[in-house]
Amino acid sequence: MREIFVLAEHRQGQIRDITFEMLTKGRELAEKTNADLTVVLLGKDVKEHAKSLSEYAKKVLLIKDTKLENFNSEAYQKALSNLINEHKPLLTMIGHTSFGVDLAPSLAAALNLPLATDCIDLEFESEMLVITRQMYGGKVNIRATVRKSESYIVTVRQAAFAAQKPDMNGEIIQVPSPLSEEITKKRFIKYVLPPPSGVDITAADVLVGIGRGIKEENNMPMVEELAKSLGGVLACSRPIVDKGWLPSDRQVGTSGKTVKPKVYIALGISGAFQHVLGMKNSDLIIAVNKDPNAPIFSFADYGIVDDLFKVVPALKGKVYELKGQKA
Amino acid sequence: MDIVVCVKHVPETAEAELKIAASGKAIEKTGLVFDINEWDDYALEEAVRIKEKLGGTVTAITIGPEDSDSTLRKCLARGADKAIRLTDMKFEGSDGYAIAKILHSAIKDLPFDLILGGALAGDDGYTMVGPILAEMLGISHSTMVKKIELDDGVAKVNRELEGGLEEMVEVKLPAVLTVQTGINEPRYVSIMGIRKAMQKEIKALGLTDIGLSENDVGETGSWIKIEKMFVPPVEKQAEFIKGTPEEVATKITEIIKSRGLI
Repeated sequence: MREIFVLAEHRQGQIRDITFEMLTKGRELAEKTNADLTVVLLGKDVKEHAKSLSEYAKKVLLIKDTKLENFNSEAYQKALSNLINEHKPLLTMIGHTSFGVDLAPSLAAALNLPLATDCIDLEFESEMLVITRQMYGGKVNIRATVRKSESYIVTVRQAAFAAQKPDMNGEIIQVPSPLSEEITKKRFIKYVLPPPSGVDITAADVLVGIGRGIKEENNMPMVEELAKSLGGVLACSRPIVDKGWLPSDRQVGTSGKTVKPKVYIALGISGAFQHVLGMKNSDLIIAVNKDPNAPIFSFADYGIVDDLFKVVPALKGKVYELKGQKA
Repeated sequence: MDIVVCVKHVPETAEAELKIAASGKAIEKTGLVFDINEWDDYALEEAVRIKEKLGGTVTAITIGPEDSDSTLRKCLARGADKAIRLTDMKFEGSDGYAIAKILHSAIKDLPFDLILGGALAGDDGYTMVGPILAEMLGISHSTMVKKIELDDGVAKVNRELEGGLEEMVEVKLPAVLTVQTGINEPRYVSIMGIRKAMQKEIKALGLTDIGLSENDVGETGSWIKIEKMFVPPVEKQAEFIKGTPEEVATKITEIIKSRGLI
């Protein structure tokens, strides 16, 4: 029986959401291709993880080794290569996460198996793997075929598939660790959490999120003032933190915070999925962007296609007017 | 420390309105402004900073048409010592895998202690070239790097994880490190620097110069073949508020007020 592998991703004792999202899609693909769904779990003290994952797949292939305690692409690659060579799965699914992008490409190159990264959809069409992914920061999608192979590897975008809980009772199979020799190229040292700056954007009712469209640091006071007038705080997308205009704990998105304010006003944010994933569950989203096709408009409740430098002063004026204050 | 930096000349699309080209497989590039890929810009800056601290050389390398020279000139102006452009019609249609093969063929005979590049490119976003290149060279790699500290034969790097978390990892040198944006603050280029860079040579190499054959590159040598490009289907569309900024502002404040937030 052919298999579809899903590599479980876990960190600091938690199985990460992407694992369950991939398992949901993996199950659908397994049914369609008449394959078995197998979770691959690599780690140290992961017995509990194995048990909970067994409810999602036909099999849990478990390798326990102290060298696999924390993610290390070198150790993971060796362990996973062994399993892929032995089982020849039709497909191996890995998260397109910080963990996955460090592992999947070198694994694919070492095994000489084709890899498609950051997939938002995938299907088999008469033995061919067809994937959908985005380009240009999410402004366009592509459908692509993957070079014909006995076995494929993909990385899957976070939140591309909604996780569902099936009713399964898979078998846990422990495989001896193939990591006899030392892991020499790479060593995990520790997790590092940047110090907090004092503002907790996850606690705010009103967030004014700013992006690349803000253009210059000189424009920061204008939006800062708007946020204040609304009793809210400033949050931002990645480029603003990269430029050092706001501290990193104001960043909303996959590499920053997930927020759910009562209102999120997105100014000059195009809406790449990395940002959207952190704010799409806000109660109300209002977006201002010059580009009418900006992806943010498919997540916003209200959209304004205009220059934010015209809209923001007008908006600030109206808010002050309403509050009976002078601008 | 000899450093090779892989850079890409890409269209700036973050704030541009994109159109799909007639082929249905690419975007319409006319009218777009091309520049160094944002992630590579940080990689180049990091390379120059390391050179300034430890000595050695920085070589910038790119794959692309002659137009890519402007990106290489920028690298030279910023402090790169040498520039190599890999140009061949046959390279067109290459995915991240084929790109890694081309880079590998060109870099393997160069002296290097460290190879830097962006974690991804803003156009195709494959996020795969660095680690594949490392695998082909038989050296270590690390991706999504936010901090690099070099020590005796190793690089101590901070990798960006999700949710604001980072991990510190030690990687043996030589290594390929792909950097995340925000690792440093890329410097502005002085007029002097640009002038000096105009005089530096850019070495151009083609398919056969680097010992590859037609089948290794382009669509044939790739894992991924684009069949169709399209505008992402819209699941939900915002209700657009139209009018003068004042009218728009009135409507927005009404909406916010109706939620009891003003």
